[in-house]
Amino acid sequence: MHELSIIANLFEILEEKAAEKEAKRILSVKLQVGQLSGVVPELLKTAFDIYKKDTIAAEAELETVEVPFKVKCNACAAEMVKDDLVAMCDACGSTDLKTLQGTDLFLLKMDVEV
Amino acid sequence: MIKKEVLVLKDLLGSNKAVAKEIREQLGARGILVLNLISSPGAGKTTLLEGLAGLLRPEYSMAVIEGDIETERDAERIRAKGIPAWQIMTGGACHLEAKMIGKLSPELPAGLDFLFIENVGNLVCPASFDLGEAIRCVLLSTPEGDDKPKKYPQVFISSQCLLITKTDLVPPLPFDIELARREALEINPRLQTFDLSAVSGAGMREFADYLIASLHKLRQNHA
Repeated sequence: MHELSIIANLFEILEEKAAEKEAKRILSVKLQVGQLSGVVPELLKTAFDIYKKDTIAAEAELETVEVPFKVKCNACAAEMVKDDLVAMCDACGSTDLKTLQGTDLFLLKMDVEV
Repeated sequence: MIKKEVLVLKDLLGSNKAVAKEIREQLGARGILVLNLISSPGAGKTTLLEGLAGLLRPEYSMAVIEGDIETERDAERIRAKGIPAWQIMTGGACHLEAKMIGKLSPELPAGLDFLFIENVGNLVCPASFDLGEAIRCVLLSTPEGDDKPKKYPQVFISSQCLLITKTDLVPPLPFDIELARREALEINPRLQTFDLSAVSGAGMREFADYLIASLHKLRQNHA
C-alpha cells in the first residue's frame, strides 16, 4: 500500500499550487494513472479520502483517468497499445520499443474556488 | 463562488525521481556501482549478499543498506561478515524511497566499489520508486513459483537483471526455470538473467563477474 505515500506527494503539489493561485479551497482533483504505474486507482481514492481531512482539499473529489500501456516501435515507427505487455512490435516483430505512456502517474488538473 | 480550473500536469513521483537522479550522478561520479535488490520476502536477498561477500572481497569492497519494516537483523547478519551495513526501518512502509538513500550516502566509505540496497521484501510497491541505482535486480526464488513475471510485470519490466534463486531446490520443486525466464524476457527482452543458488554456490561466480564487469563499465562512462 504505497498509495498513501504517493498521495502525500500529491498533497505537497496541491498545497503549493493552491497557494500560488490564492485558492480558498480545492474542489476536485484529476489524476492520470498509467496501467503500469503500479498503483490501484481505488486505493488512491481511499488514501486521498483519508489524507484530505483538515486540508484545503477536505471536500474535494478525486477523479482518476486510466491510460493503457502504449509503445512505439523504433524499427518501423508503428504505435500500439500493448495490453498483453509482450515487448514485441505487432507489425514487424522488433523488440526495440519505446514506451510512450502507461508507466507514469500524473496530476492533470484541479478545480479550485478563488 | 468563483470556480477556476488549474492545469498542472505534474509527475506524482517527480520529487523521488529528482532525488534518485542526483544520487545516480553523485555515486556514479564516485565510481560506486549501486544495486537495488527487489523481491518477495524470503527470496534470499541477504543470503545472496553473504555469498557475494566471499566472491567480491578482498579485491573489491562492498557496503549494504538494508530496508525492513522492523528489526536490525539483516544488517547484523551483514556486519557479522565485516561489511559496513545500515538498517533503514520503515516502520510499516512497504518500500524504500530515494531520500532515505540520499541521507545515508555521505556516510559511505571512501573508495567503495559496490553498494547493495536490499529493498523491503515486496514485489509490488518498490517497483515504483527509483533509488538512484545503476542496476535494478529482481530476485525470483524457486519456491515462489514460475508464474510471477506475468503476475507482477512492473518490477520485471523496470529491472535490468533477473536472478532466479534457490535453484538447488529444483527438483523436487516443480519450478520451470526456462518458462520463468522466457516469460520475463517476453515482457522485458533486455533483462540479464542468472540462475543461482547462494547455498550450493552454483551460478554465483557468473553473477559476481557480471557485477565486476558492470563496475568497470560504470567507471569508464564516468572517466
